This record gives sequence, structure tokens and C-alpha cells, in this order.
Amino acid sequence: MSDFTSEFWSWFIIAIVGGGIVWLFYLLRGNDKVPGEPGVPTGHVWDENLQEFNNPLPRWWSIMFYITIFFAIGYLILYPGMGSYKGLLGWTEVGEYEQEVAAAEEKYGPIFAQFEQTAIPELAKDPAAMKAGERLFVTYCAVCHGSDARGAPGFPNLRDGDWLYGGAPEQIEATILHGRNGVMPAWEAPLGGEAGVNMVATYVMSLSGREVDEKLAAEGKVKFDMFCVACHLEGGKGNQALGAPNLSDNIWLYGGSPRTIKETIAKGRSGRMPAHNEFLGTAKSHILAAYIYSLSQD
Amino acid sequence: MNNETMTYEYSVVRQFAIMTVVLGIVGMLIGVFIASQMAWPALNFDTPWLSFGRLRPLHTNAVIFGFGGSALFATSYYVVQRTCHTRLFAPQLAQFTFWGWMLVIVLAVVTLPLGITSSKEYAELEWPIDILITVVWVSYAVVFFGTIAKRKVKHIYVANWFFGAFILTVAMLHVVNSAAIPVNLIKSYSAYSGVQDAMVQWWYGHNAVGFFLTAGFLGIMYYFIPKQAERPVYSYRLSVVHFWALSFTYIWAGPHHLHYTALPDWTQSLGMVFSLILLAPSWGGMINGIMTLSGAWEKLRSDPILKFLIVSVSFYGMSTFEGPMMAIKTVNALSHYTDWTVGHVHSGALGWVAMISIGAMYYLIPKLFDTEIYSKKLIETHFWIATIGIVLYITSMWISGIMQGLMWRAINDDGTLTYSFVESVQAMHPFYIVRASGGLLFLTGMLIMAYNIARTIAQGKAANAVIPQPAAAH
Repeated sequence: MSDFTSEFWSWFIIAIVGGGIVWLFYLLRGNDKVPGEPGVPTGHVWDENLQEFNNPLPRWWSIMFYITIFFAIGYLILYPGMGSYKGLLGWTEVGEYEQEVAAAEEKYGPIFAQFEQTAIPELAKDPAAMKAGERLFVTYCAVCHGSDARGAPGFPNLRDGDWLYGGAPEQIEATILHGRNGVMPAWEAPLGGEAGVNMVATYVMSLSGREVDEKLAAEGKVKFDMFCVACHLEGGKGNQALGAPNLSDNIWLYGGSPRTIKETIAKGRSGRMPAHNEFLGTAKSHILAAYIYSLSQD
Repeated sequence: MNNETMTYEYSVVRQFAIMTVVLGIVGMLIGVFIASQMAWPALNFDTPWLSFGRLRPLHTNAVIFGFGGSALFATSYYVVQRTCHTRLFAPQLAQFTFWGWMLVIVLAVVTLPLGITSSKEYAELEWPIDILITVVWVSYAVVFFGTIAKRKVKHIYVANWFFGAFILTVAMLHVVNSAAIPVNLIKSYSAYSGVQDAMVQWWYGHNAVGFFLTAGFLGIMYYFIPKQAERPVYSYRLSVVHFWALSFTYIWAGPHHLHYTALPDWTQSLGMVFSLILLAPSWGGMINGIMTLSGAWEKLRSDPILKFLIVSVSFYGMSTFEGPMMAIKTVNALSHYTDWTVGHVHSGALGWVAMISIGAMYYLIPKLFDTEIYSKKLIETHFWIATIGIVLYITSMWISGIMQGLMWRAINDDGTLTYSFVESVQAMHPFYIVRASGGLLFLTGMLIMAYNIARTIAQGKAANAVIPQPAAAH
């Protein structure tokens, strides 16, 4: 796709760039050729004693200036720059990226491919594969899940044995390959405003054994059984098929303070694990699945 | 003739000169605080308006537009009168520029910590403040060019070319980049989208450096160095060539902030080659500054003001060499997004902009109050503390930046990254402490300056100098 809406703009760029460089050249040459009178003031005086010498341009400085001008001309012949002219080398940023990725694929691909046929539980015991897995994790996963894999608010801890979408090898691998979308709707309005949110939050806190206002929790249970039970199931045990968290284990994805729980209920949450199949390929995803599986086996 | 026409108008110069020192301290204090937050993150005290993200733009606005802007207003109003041998045009309008500009700074201090921001770097202020800036700036242009128009000497002195280019270009940059569609009084959306928005932003951003922080301060350099050294400017011819080459070339350099992004290849290439061409025009200013001293080198030993001025030009030469190098794409692939950029900016901001402003203020303020400086010795102390502070700042950022760049690109034999991001953060910690110490030293120097200037003002009295007859050309 062209960067220009019409050829005119391409020629516009060429004209002002070309014209500009030529102008710079003649500005320099015109003043460089004048012999000048070293150490002689121009004769103008400002503010009592401000004067100017008319020394010639320092030779080394002019040469440096010429070099940069000629470098620019050379570069703009070889590389894109003059409007839609592509440059003699045919270089593009996207082209260079694709070349580098292809070269890396060829060089590093086999290192990961050798593990692809091994089953995950077995791979999790292979030190070479786990070393590769750890490196892949630090490169691709640590940004969200932390380099120790203990997560952060909104990003699950992968070491605690508590799984939103299931911890079986094939479930972990599916999560990595295809990603997950966790959607908790905003419940403030359906629950009848702040008071309703407060009731449900109190009930939810009671599920993990916290001391709460019994009456409020009982009122909350009524609402919970009406609105929340469809996903979080009876007693808030959660549903891995939907990625609905278990609310009774005192593990909190977004934080377990009363304020945060109320915020989660009132405003909802949206969690997204991106799909990595296209980006990482199956071999690396397989090793990563084994590595993450191994973390929960400690 | 009455007094009005016989003397220069110094009151607005005095106001801006004093605010240069005050806002320098304010801006640098915030700088030291956020530098300390980088080393000790707990210093944000879990308070939104004390957090780095809100205070960083306040720091940049306070030092660039508060400190740097006041220095530019003060010196340009002074220089344009002195070199045109005439009283300032429309002094009332000049007063308006002072109070208007101070209002802009106050609004920045209020809105930025509240999180009210357009999110454009160095142009964070929201649209009502942008309009105020435009009005003040147009008034500034009227006063400045009005004074040029009624000059008593035929030739326009070189410092005024640079001040003029700075005023005109900043007006254009500000209006184009800040174009936005308001949603309400404190929120607007940029008039541009996507990569065009990024390009307009960095066209502005780099020329804020090029015209606000370079051309304007070259104007300061061209007056105060020959004045303090009592020597003629080294080369008129060089000043002509480097003025036009610099003005033309700077405007192209913005795309080097967007190397290896969605910006089209041709735009990136142009940004790179013009950044390289910029080396010689930039160094033209350095040569003219330093070589003006030839024949009077011994003054450097005894004159601390000249030390500030000449060292600032040396830092200018160093940063304008470093800049083109960093604009080369392969170098940029290492340096971009690292602390190296931060170090580069501060070798320009502290080394060049602040040092030349400080030197100019030490020259200027005693003259505005018809007295001598209170203590030359304290200027000398200030000079050394500031210089050591800068060296600590930029060397720590070089090491930290290059280390970051190398750690981020280091790969294992299977092509995976050797270091996690957090490991590079951990490695930067000692250098962040050194950087904060460097900043603290620089701030300490400013406090010494404030004391010295306060004593100077106390011993003098505000006085407007008599306009001398222009010297007859010979």
C-alpha cells in the first residue's frame, strides 16, 4: 500500500527534500568559497562594544558539513526516503523484520521442535525442556504473570494450584494456544445499587470463612442464588468450564479486600489471556504448558 | 526628551529574571523528587498526585517553560532593547506576557498533579491553557518584533535572529500540535489520529528542543558570551551559515523519535539523514561561542560567569554530537527507550540550557539593579557543584542506558531473552541513586544562586539604564 494518497504528495516530498539538500549545499559552498579576512571586524557595533569578526568558516567544519550532505544523498539513493521511491537496496522495515524472524525460526526452531512429541507430564521432568520453558516464560509470560509466576492483581498466580480454566496438561496448553476471555458483568444495577452490592459482597466474604454480619450475608445469599449462581455455582464453588473463579478458597484474582470485592461486583471485570498459537507456534506453547504444569507440581 | 524615551524598559526583564531563579528551583526540586522515586518507589506515598506519572510532566513543564521560558523572556527583552538601542515596544503588552506566562505556570502546577493532561509530551496542558499560551506568545512576538522594527541601528544583531526564529517557530509548533477537539473544559482529543498524531507530536517535540531550547538559547549565547568576554563574535559568516542551516534542518529531525515504529520507512529515513546533517549547523554555534574567547582564554581562570557560559557551550557541542549519533537507526535500536535518552536530554538541559541561563542571570541581574554581584566566590562554588552534578547525572544515565539496551537485547543460544525486564530494572537501581545525587547537587547550586542573587538585589536598587547613542559605523 502506498503511503501517499496521490503521486502529487510523493513529488512534493521529493521536491522539498531535494531542493533543501541542494540549497544547503550552495549555502555552504557559497560561503565557503569566500576568502574572508581573519581577525578583522565587520564594522558593525551594537550596544557600545558588541562586534563581529569575519573569520572564514573553519575548514574542518565545512568538510564535516559536506560529508553529512553527501551521506544524506547516498542514503536517500539506497534507502526509501524520496517519497514513494523505494531505494536501490529495496530495504523495508517489514522486510527486515520478516527476514530476521525467518532466520531465527530456522536457527532456533529445531531446538524447540524436538520436545513437541513428548507428553506434558513427562516433559515436565526433563531438565533440558524445563530450562527452555523457563527462558520462554521469562521472555513471553513474565510481563503479566511475573518472573516468579506468582501473578499480579488481575493476572493469575500459576504456582498456587488454583486454576480458573483447569490445571490438567491439555487444559493449560489450550489456554496458552487459544487464549481466554474472562468476563464478569457489572452487577450494580441488577443488584439494586450499593446496598445490594454490599449484601452480596458480605455473603461472598463469608464463603471463605471470614467473620461477617450474619444478617447481611443471609440477604446476600438470596441475591447470590438469584444472580451469581449460574456461573459461580452453589456456594460459590466456581466453574472452570466458564472460567468463573471459586469464591470459597480465599484466592482472589483482583484482590480480596472488602472494597475490591465490592468494586468487582459493582463494576464487573474483564480479563484477557491472549492466544499465543499464531505468535509462538505449537512447539513453544507445548514447552510452556509443560513448564507451567511443572510449577504446580512442586 | 523625557525619561520614558531615554531609558531602557527593565521592569519586565527584572520580573522574568527573578522568576528564572525561582522556577528553576521549583522545577529542579520536583526533578530531584521524581528521580528519587525512581530509586525508591515508596516515595510516591500511594498518593495519585504525588505519583511519577503526574509529577514528571510537571517537572518538564516547570523547567522548560517556567525556568527556560523565563530566562528566554528576560534575556530576549533585554538583548533586543540593548542591541536595537531603543526602548521596548509596548511595555504594557510585555507586562501582560509576564503575568500571562506566570498564570500558565500556575495552571500547570494545579492541573498536572490532578491528572488533567492532553498526554502529549511537553504539550500536556489542556486546551484552555493552550489558548492562553497562544495569546501570550502572540503578544510576545508583537513586543519583540515591534522593538526590532523601531531599532536605531540598521543591522539586526545575530542574537535577535535566533530569538526571532525561536518565537516564530514555537508559535507555529504550538498551534499545530495542540490542535484538538474539546470535550469539556478539562478534556480534549487531538485533531490527529494514529501515526499522524505521533508524527505531529514529535515534529513538535523535537523542535521544542530545536527552537525553544536551542535557537532561543543560542540567542542568549550570542549576546552574553561576547559581552562577558569583551571580545568580538568569532565569525559573522559562520553565524549566517549555521543560522539558516539550523533553522531549515531542525524542522525535519522529529521522526528520529519514532524509529522502528509504524511510521513509514521514508519518513524515518528523512528524520535520520537530516538529524545527521544537523551536526555541522549545531557545531557552528559552539565554534562561534568558544572561539569568541580566543585571545582572552586567561579570563576563564578568573571569571566564574564566563566559566558557566563556556562550559554550557561545551555541553551544547557534546549533546549535539550525541543527538545525531543517536538518530542513526542502528544506534537508536540500542539507545531508544533507555536511560541513555534521559542522560542525553539532561546533558542538553542541565549542561547547555541551565548553565547558559545561570551565566546570563549572573551577568544580567546586577545590571538590572545597578550594582555588583554580592559574591563572586559563591558563583565559583555554584559552578563547581553544578558541574559535578551534571557529570554524575549524565555518566550514570549513560552506563544505565547502555546496560539496559544490552540487557534487553541479550539472547540465549536458543533465541530466548537472557534477562527478564525486572532484572534490568534491578540493575539500574544503583545508577538511579547516583542520578538523584547528581540532581540534588545541581539543585543545591541553584539554592546558592538564590541566596547570592537575593543579597545582590538587596544591596542594589531597580534602575533603568540610559539608552546610549548607537556607535557610528566605521
